[in-house]
Amino acid sequence: MRRYLARQLAQLVVVVIGISILSFAILHVIGDPVLLLLPQNAGKEEFERYRHLLGLDRPIYVQYWTFASQAVRGDFGRSWYGDVPAFPLVMQRMPPTIYLTFAGLAVALLIAVPLGTLAALRRHSIVDTLCTMFATAGQALPLFWFGIMLIILLSVRMKLLPASGYGTWQHFLMPSLSLGMAFAPITMRLVRSGMIEVMSMDYIKTARSKGVAERRVVWKHAFRNASIPVITVLGLQFGQLLGGAIITETVFAWPGVASLTVDSIRNQDFPVVQCAVVLLALIIVLVNLVVDVIVGFIDPRIRAGA
Amino acid sequence: MSDAVGAPPDVAVEPSASAPALVGGSPLLRRLRRLRFGVAAAAILLGIVLSALFAPLLAPHDPLVVDIRHRLSPPAWMAGGTPDHLLGTDQIGRDLLSRVIYGGRISLMVGVSAVILSATIGILAGLAAGYFGGSIDWIIMTVVNIILVFPFVLLALAVIAVLGPSLPNMIAVLGVAGWPIYARVIRAETMAIREREFITAGRALGMSHLRLIFRQILPNLISASVVIATLQVAQVIVLESFLSFLGLGVQPPIPAWGNMLGEGRVYMLNSWWIAAFPGAAIFVTTLVINLIGNALRDWLDPRLKL
Repeated sequence: MRRYLARQLAQLVVVVIGISILSFAILHVIGDPVLLLLPQNAGKEEFERYRHLLGLDRPIYVQYWTFASQAVRGDFGRSWYGDVPAFPLVMQRMPPTIYLTFAGLAVALLIAVPLGTLAALRRHSIVDTLCTMFATAGQALPLFWFGIMLIILLSVRMKLLPASGYGTWQHFLMPSLSLGMAFAPITMRLVRSGMIEVMSMDYIKTARSKGVAERRVVWKHAFRNASIPVITVLGLQFGQLLGGAIITETVFAWPGVASLTVDSIRNQDFPVVQCAVVLLALIIVLVNLVVDVIVGFIDPRIRAGA
Repeated sequence: MSDAVGAPPDVAVEPSASAPALVGGSPLLRRLRRLRFGVAAAAILLGIVLSALFAPLLAPHDPLVVDIRHRLSPPAWMAGGTPDHLLGTDQIGRDLLSRVIYGGRISLMVGVSAVILSATIGILAGLAAGYFGGSIDWIIMTVVNIILVFPFVLLALAVIAVLGPSLPNMIAVLGVAGWPIYARVIRAETMAIREREFITAGRALGMSHLRLIFRQILPNLISASVVIATLQVAQVIVLESFLSFLGLGVQPPIPAWGNMLGEGRVYMLNSWWIAAFPGAAIFVTTLVINLIGNALRDWLDPRLKL
């Protein structure tokens, strides 16, 4: 277990360094901060002066080192727009995003686990076909359009739920449903194939021949084992889930990191975008690590094999 | 002589073709049923492609012509709608049907060109990583893992923020952000093929690395690449429309499904159709492309887990 953990941690460090290089490169190699900061009609001397002032005339690795060593201490520079430090600005918007992500995950599981199990137990039946059709259609459903259609139907037409905003539990319903619907199909497929595989195992036959009640066979013996690949893949998909939360936030005016990021992009407020990107990526990497550890803990084969 | 060595790839097909027969209940029937969906989906996609190609002939109106007198007119079947505007008009009286037809051009063009870009990068990277192994493999796969950790959306948003929103920029971003998935699959397949006899034989005959990679290995990977590419087109179309929806992609007045949805959102209180139809177009296109991708996978390479 200790070696497994050490290997995962080493990988995490490499990925985090990579992310910091990537987010630094996006601004400093692809783009030019001075071009974004100064008005277009600024003179050449003006550009040079600013370049020197911001330290952009130094070699690129020196600049990266400065950026990285400050970022480690939580200093991502100041917002160009509001002139406040970027880090607390982003952190303040983090909780709504995290709540939304987990609410969406919960909805996805609530839809996917019963449907996937049912489809697996009644394989090749009408139920199975319907579930597969649901999954195929669901995978093609653009999350942001589905959200807007929900707003039109439930808020504008039926006036049941608030169209946007944040605060009460009613505000949570439509965003988490949209996000959940986007992840239910893939989760359902995983549950279904996992359950099909497990239900054909010898230990299930053993349990049945011992006279264990079918309900207990399904949930206690089969589902526990089928959940391992589901957890693994969902862990890997966490980044996409967070990406989905970003899309959901923009549709429902959810006051999370994504709305902040999109606003900052519109305002060309680079330190804030950079800070948000790095922190979100960090969260994803940490979640992946936690999932790896949990799975390795549940299933000793993975610990040994990986 | 080299042709004789090149022949064995046929053997590669054999295990994959027989594998599903062991798993499924009535595999042939199921495969045929899946393929039937695929053929129907291909017919619909052909219709969409043709309507986009021949948009100037098919569209009843110029998609850019403003007609303030007939603004926000509902679809023809609703009270107040006219047969002149089958799907109604938008906030400045442009014909919605014509705009949806023209919008398909942008989506398909961006989808296909971004996928060609990412497939090229990804296949080359995957071949290099799988064939040479060692430090080349480590470097490429580290980059792949870093990009895969990032939500696609976040990466695209960050790069667009620096480059500024435009059509070529968006194709570049979506193309560059999409390659890791090819690299991962192609690498795994290449590693498996590298160990086979016909490669060893080729090496013994003194073939160069390039010849082995492109003439002996690559032909075996075509079907996997085609399946991934097809499914990726759908993903890219959704992402393009989301970026355009945010105003970071294709800029108005050029009609794209995404920016039509974004503009229509403001009017959803009274005029649901402006947002509903472009979204439905995205949904149908994505759905048929996914169905084709699934059918292609079942047909060409059923082992592929995607």
